[in-house]
Amino acid sequence: MSHSLMAPPAAASTGTPALEIRGLGKTFPIGGLFSRDSVRALHGVDLTIGRGEIVALVGESGSGKSTLARCVARLEKPSSGAILIDGVDILKRDRFQASRAFRSQLQMVFQDPFGSLNPAHRMDHFLRRSLAIHGKSGGSEQETQRRLAELMTTVGLQADMLNSYPHELSGGQRQRVAIARALAVEPQVILADEPTSMLDVSVRIGVLNLMRKLRDEQGISMLYITHDLASARYLADRTAVMFAGELVEEGESLDLLSNPAHPYTQLLVSAVPDPARAGTYDPVRRAELRQAVMASTHCAFDGDPNQPCSAEEPVRHQVGDPANRHWVRCHLYRPWAAAGGHALASEPIQSSAPASNAQEEASA
Amino acid sequence: MTISQVSFGSHEPVLDVKDLTVKYIGDTRSTTAVDHVSFSIGTGEVFGLAGESGCGKSTIANSIMRLLKDPAKIAGGSISFGGKDVLAMSPEELRRFRWQDVAMVFQSAMNSLNPVLTIGEQIVDIFTTHAGYSRKESLRRAGELLELVRIDPARLKSYPHQLSGGMRQRAVIAMAVALKPSLLILDEPTTALDVVVQQEIMAQIKDLQRELGFSVLFITHDMSLMVELSHRMAVMYGGRIVETAKAQDVYANPRHPYTQALMGAFPPLTGPRIPLTGLPDGVKFRNIPDLTEEAPGHFVAPFGGEPPAVDSANLEGAAR
Repeated sequence: MSHSLMAPPAAASTGTPALEIRGLGKTFPIGGLFSRDSVRALHGVDLTIGRGEIVALVGESGSGKSTLARCVARLEKPSSGAILIDGVDILKRDRFQASRAFRSQLQMVFQDPFGSLNPAHRMDHFLRRSLAIHGKSGGSEQETQRRLAELMTTVGLQADMLNSYPHELSGGQRQRVAIARALAVEPQVILADEPTSMLDVSVRIGVLNLMRKLRDEQGISMLYITHDLASARYLADRTAVMFAGELVEEGESLDLLSNPAHPYTQLLVSAVPDPARAGTYDPVRRAELRQAVMASTHCAFDGDPNQPCSAEEPVRHQVGDPANRHWVRCHLYRPWAAAGGHALASEPIQSSAPASNAQEEASA
Repeated sequence: MTISQVSFGSHEPVLDVKDLTVKYIGDTRSTTAVDHVSFSIGTGEVFGLAGESGCGKSTIANSIMRLLKDPAKIAGGSISFGGKDVLAMSPEELRRFRWQDVAMVFQSAMNSLNPVLTIGEQIVDIFTTHAGYSRKESLRRAGELLELVRIDPARLKSYPHQLSGGMRQRAVIAMAVALKPSLLILDEPTTALDVVVQQEIMAQIKDLQRELGFSVLFITHDMSLMVELSHRMAVMYGGRIVETAKAQDVYANPRHPYTQALMGAFPPLTGPRIPLTGLPDGVKFRNIPDLTEEAPGHFVAPFGGEPPAVDSANLEGAAR
């Protein structure tokens, strides 16, 4: 592999990625006015989304995935790092607040379709506003009407629903309207923060299928934020795992979830209920993982003087076939042990020992 | 009835629900939330009730606990618990029945703790009120109870906000099993929790169940979770049971199209990535007939041909 692990082939083939996040950090001040304490919500997050690529960001509540979404959507000001859309750093371009140009490149779909649509307006209003604000109305009323109907059809709704109020629609329909509203702007990237977690189970798959269809037909890139690993596996090309504000593992979704290398990812995967593999996970091993992972505020092995993690930032190791672009950030990962089925070394490795020939610095 | 004979544990059912019908009666129109539902739960059995919001599964749980409030009315059927008629209980009998015989953990259970009382005070309250123990004895038992769900007994002095969501939920479960009820009703006990915590709580419930031997009525919309925990399960749609069988049978061979749709709504974590459809948009089942036995112990509501008794306004594309 000659090029960086971070650059997916999709991006490599078409040049600049749709969205690139470099070393993003965010700290929140805590305590009183004169307090200097702060909590680190994000630290050195690097994430690249190629054109027409769906990347899932998974993690538990408190891992920082929503903070990342809010920073990328410019609802929160990042403390450090860069966010590049089309190779342009939008934090430098629109220094103080998000510009309209930025909003037309990146749109969000929120978790709660009940709260994100004003109950006093008809569906028509939401879509029309998006079109008007971003100058996509097309000049004439006739053209606007055509666009509105087209949007509704795209998201699988009937055009006559434009005259309905939010309370007349089901959760799934409302979420489709929210997606249509994002689409009206013709964005390059859609940021979807848990778009299905508040929907009835039987309509969730429909919304995921719609997102995939939009990617396939319109080439829209997506960052899909979820805590549901199974849906990440179903929808996303690549999955990134977030833990305590850092990305700890990333790779092709299928590969990552079948060969999780980081203890946190292993814990997450082991906790997903799946009758197909009931009882295949050793509860003792799971308890150990949980103990190691949950007791810590940074990395699972932070603070242990025997672990090199405490002294230096862990580096990225490539996992398995380079084609899967699967990497993990953990000092305990030893590629030669992976073949034995137990990827994590039980005893500490020497920091001078070469972990693997595919070792790469996580400098960003 | 045939269905009540098929129970996993002993032949003596702990809970026997027959032809239960619950209506929500309004001024202008009424809705039947639960329509002639029958099932039984054997001793030590975990019975699952699956379905989506609005299908009537929580209404059933509330009927069993006699917690229904106006405008909901039990319009027909019977609920018997250990041979006693629950619907005919006097307020005094009900007081004993709730918590001592049947305990319930609600969906937002972790928010049902009183924020101005310590965990210890709230558990002690159960023992002094229902079991008549002294305060000192109650405190000792409260400590044991927390140990049972692996919370440090020192936490008795903590207030609910000082505990994490998972710990609060475990404390609530500990409170529910405090008086060793013979039936525990779990209404979506883990929906608000992270997946790792959820897995832990479910393991805890399994352990407790093995240790104390109570029966469980487990209500959830998560089919994967249900199949992992339950012995037998029923799938509800629009106030009717559309399928009931051993959980593994339902998982391996779902027969009703709605069950198949629910199963299809959860992408697997193993195997190849295959396109799923969930419930086709706009599909509604109407006039679901009574269950018939299609295989030993596997009851399914008949559905005519393909597609089944379906009101398919728009099968392709349009959202429900």
